[in-house]
Amino acid sequence: MGTLTGGQTLKLHRLTALLTACGALALGVAACGNDNTASGGGDTGSSDLSGTIAGAGASTQAAAQEAWAAGFQTKNPATTVSYDPVGSGGGREQFVAGGKIVFAGSDAALEGDELKGAQKRCGGVDNLIEAPVYISPIAIVYNLDGVEDLQLGPETLASIFKGDIKTWNDPKIAADNLSAKLPDMRISTVHRSDESGTTENFADYLSVAAAKVWKFEVSGDWPVKGGEAAQGTSGVVGAVESGSGTIGYADESQAGKLGVAKIGVGGEFVGPSAEAAAKILDASEETDDPGTFVFTYKLARDTTESGTYPIVLVSYEIACTAYDTPQDAELVKAYLAYIGGEDGQKVAAEAAGSSPLSSKLAEQVQAAVDAIGAT
Amino acid sequence: MSTTPTTSTDAALTAGVPTPPRRPGDRIFSGAATAAGIGILVLLAGVAIFLLQEAWPAIKAAPEDIPGGTGLVDFIAPLAFGTVLGAVIAIVLAVPMAVAVALFITDYAPRRIANTLSYVIDLLAAVPSIVYGLWGIAVLGPAALGIQTWLADHLGFLPFFAGPVSTTGRTMLVVGVVLAVMILPIITAVTREVFARTPRIHREGALALGATRWEMIRMTVLPFGRSAVISASMLGLGRALGETMAVAIILSVSGVVTFNLISSTNPSTIAANIALDFPESSGLDVNALIASGLALFAITLVVNMAARAVITRNEDASR
Amino acid sequence: MSALDLTATPPRASLVRGSLPSWGPRGLTIGAAIVALGLIAATDVNAALVLVSAVVLCGVGLYAWSRAVEGARTATDRGVTFLVSSAFALAIAPLVSLLYTVVSRGFARFDYQFFTESSRNVVGAGGGASHAILGTLVITGVATLASVPIGILAAVYLQEYGHGRLKRSITFFVDVMTGIPSIVAGLFAYALFALFLGPGIRLGVIGAVALSVLMIPIVVRATEEMLKIVPNHLREASYALGVPKWRTVVKVVLPTALGGIISGVMLAIARVMGETAPLLITTGAFSSVNLNPVDGRMQNLAVFAFNQYKNPGVQREPYFDRAWAAALTLIVLVMTLSLVARLIQRRFGTETR
Repeated sequence: MGTLTGGQTLKLHRLTALLTACGALALGVAACGNDNTASGGGDTGSSDLSGTIAGAGASTQAAAQEAWAAGFQTKNPATTVSYDPVGSGGGREQFVAGGKIVFAGSDAALEGDELKGAQKRCGGVDNLIEAPVYISPIAIVYNLDGVEDLQLGPETLASIFKGDIKTWNDPKIAADNLSAKLPDMRISTVHRSDESGTTENFADYLSVAAAKVWKFEVSGDWPVKGGEAAQGTSGVVGAVESGSGTIGYADESQAGKLGVAKIGVGGEFVGPSAEAAAKILDASEETDDPGTFVFTYKLARDTTESGTYPIVLVSYEIACTAYDTPQDAELVKAYLAYIGGEDGQKVAAEAAGSSPLSSKLAEQVQAAVDAIGAT
Repeated sequence: MSTTPTTSTDAALTAGVPTPPRRPGDRIFSGAATAAGIGILVLLAGVAIFLLQEAWPAIKAAPEDIPGGTGLVDFIAPLAFGTVLGAVIAIVLAVPMAVAVALFITDYAPRRIANTLSYVIDLLAAVPSIVYGLWGIAVLGPAALGIQTWLADHLGFLPFFAGPVSTTGRTMLVVGVVLAVMILPIITAVTREVFARTPRIHREGALALGATRWEMIRMTVLPFGRSAVISASMLGLGRALGETMAVAIILSVSGVVTFNLISSTNPSTIAANIALDFPESSGLDVNALIASGLALFAITLVVNMAARAVITRNEDASR
Repeated sequence: MSALDLTATPPRASLVRGSLPSWGPRGLTIGAAIVALGLIAATDVNAALVLVSAVVLCGVGLYAWSRAVEGARTATDRGVTFLVSSAFALAIAPLVSLLYTVVSRGFARFDYQFFTESSRNVVGAGGGASHAILGTLVITGVATLASVPIGILAAVYLQEYGHGRLKRSITFFVDVMTGIPSIVAGLFAYALFALFLGPGIRLGVIGAVALSVLMIPIVVRATEEMLKIVPNHLREASYALGVPKWRTVVKVVLPTALGGIISGVMLAIARVMGETAPLLITTGAFSSVNLNPVDGRMQNLAVFAFNQYKNPGVQREPYFDRAWAAALTLIVLVMTLSLVARLIQRRFGTETR
């Protein structure tokens, strides 16, 4: 008995010692972890801004936000900006709930209860900022051997995605593509399996531009049963790439080597490009704004203006003009100014393939930025 | 609770274990153990209350306000169907395989190789589920295209393989296989550990009586490990039912109810659907999603009740 | 164990009946493999089909041969051996493929920079995941510290103390708990903290709580299973020496089961370490290093990999490379942990056999 207990006690003591050692090791490793602030701060570390702000929202903005945060933190080495790509709905909800995040990214404008909640959070109707900062064309991508320049009218496009047109050599497709050799192959449409702003904007386009064919209610959920579904832009692009005779919709910057269809606008066919996408906001009307600094747009999807690409996603930044602490206000002000400014739009174009804001929009953002902390 | 001496003694008597002396240490220790047990109940109750509270608005809501417009049952039923279908495929494939792998490691493979193998399999339990998902679409899906086409051509008369075959391989069958691969290491790890602990005296007794290796396994190892196999399978089933990311990444979902395993229109699963729709949802949609989570909870409850019943019956036989 | 290896061809059988030559089964298998591979190489029939039929034919052939020479019992034994081995090969194939995929794709960015730098100020190529690695260690560490004591104590209660309705219901509800979908655990943990700290809260510790909800049932289950097979005579011997029950549990029962408990705990850690869904909604995204679980957002490897995959920039490759490297890192982390666990097991565990 004595030896048994002694031995076991010894063993347990050793175990404790070993666990302690493990813990110490872990702490040691932790202490070694460094941040690459030094490498980033070497360039232009000249501001006296400091602190941390957090935002959340649309994952469409994720790549752009990453670039913005990097650019902003490089300019202001003592600051940290984080953006949680939880989705537009999540972002709006967190913003309305208040406190923890100071700005939100959303693919859709605030409406109803959420709008009221956001106004309440900011302390007044005119204290809410909602401005478009990220404009990105949605490309119709396809994978069809031997067909290079696919052209599709809005109603043909809607019929394909609705499942009415089932093969690639359908006369309706052939009518738009006289010179192409279309194969007798089944069309596999690929759509998003997750609820998304990309789906909502694409469906919105179809319901306006091809109202006769597309009679579904517009939402972030894909309304048609059947077809291939994939998660996220990467998933859709992956599915279109790995299948054959596939067609889907995805952020233009992610199209890669896939074929990109030109879309019928008025009498011509327009491909997605930064310039063509930016034009749509100029052709669109501002909505009846519920506040001084709310700049939301009803996009003119059925525009016939030459050289305009109508399938565009516009993502808004939501913020307040007043915050609980002056530090928050100062940081949000500086950050939004950077995002809406020339530098910010340029890095987003490079990193995420978005279209830079037109000067009119940039002025609106600037006006909102100026109001932050002024009240 | 059982900290009072009388109940504890009663327990010891009924369990047929001699009564040990009692000290203050005993009270503290058994108290701590009981508290931990009750703590788990409290935690689970917390989860249940949270689920109920969040699901309540959706349960009370008018049918047309639920996503889909025809009520909560219509919303959840296809998802529950998909969840069970995927998990059943996974468990049917994984359990026999896992038992075979565990047996191979404990009884067939040379000792040195067996150690390495069990180590590698333990490692695989650690592969994050999104990696299984990425592997599913990058490797398994394309690789399974040929087999799925073959199934549709030769076994197309079965409802499972009716087709038309998906051109990307992102089907329920592939999800089932991925889930099986995912839970295999878990089931194997637990089963192996118990198989290896079959009393040596039983094994050698059987062999000494002239049993072949298989007869020895059938008479000693399998009965000894039966409860562990079932309980490990439950662990695996739990994970298969609740798997979120891998299914969300792989499956081409379409809100239908179908036994067709190889087309691109598949029922979604509850967990995957939550992950897919939660980020962009707000208001009542969130409540409906959480109500579906509650349904998943209930499914697990039923499955576990059944499994418990089986285990209890077996325990009586093996003690 | 060595006794078992001698029984592949029981000596008794050879006295009564003939037995297959020692090269028999192996020769048959290799022969079948050569024929099958030859067929695949020479003709264009479906490779999978040829392999499946080769395996089936080989098994049936071996069984028939053995049955003719050695009789039914040995034939069954050989048949099962063949079945178990081929099932093993079949099961291990996807696992090997998976491991190969992760290693080969993850290797591109499995470099020094990946471990020493964070993603702060990184756009496009470059950058590292030190913030995510440290975050994973901290979050999993906190979750382990919380759930292992509770889990082991609860298992001790179930096996050594529990009785009646309470025991039954805990056993049952632990089972139910294994079925909590990970994302629900995340939602619960978030709701719990949001109640006290306000909505929109994101902390490392919330993720740890969510992971604990997932870990506890695994630890309880594994520990209980191990305690169950600790021979009763060990307990009885201890009681007979006048050792109190709690000391018996701590000094005899737990050390005896230690090996199994440790591998159960490792399994639980491994299971939650790569968990994505609950952390996605509880710990937030963060590209700088944060080591404090109760202050501010925290990145971790699984979420890092997921976000890199889901939201890549214009140049996709650097993002995908980082995602695979993060997955590889997770596996290496678990590998290291389980090496340590094996070491502990070898030093402090007690053999029961």
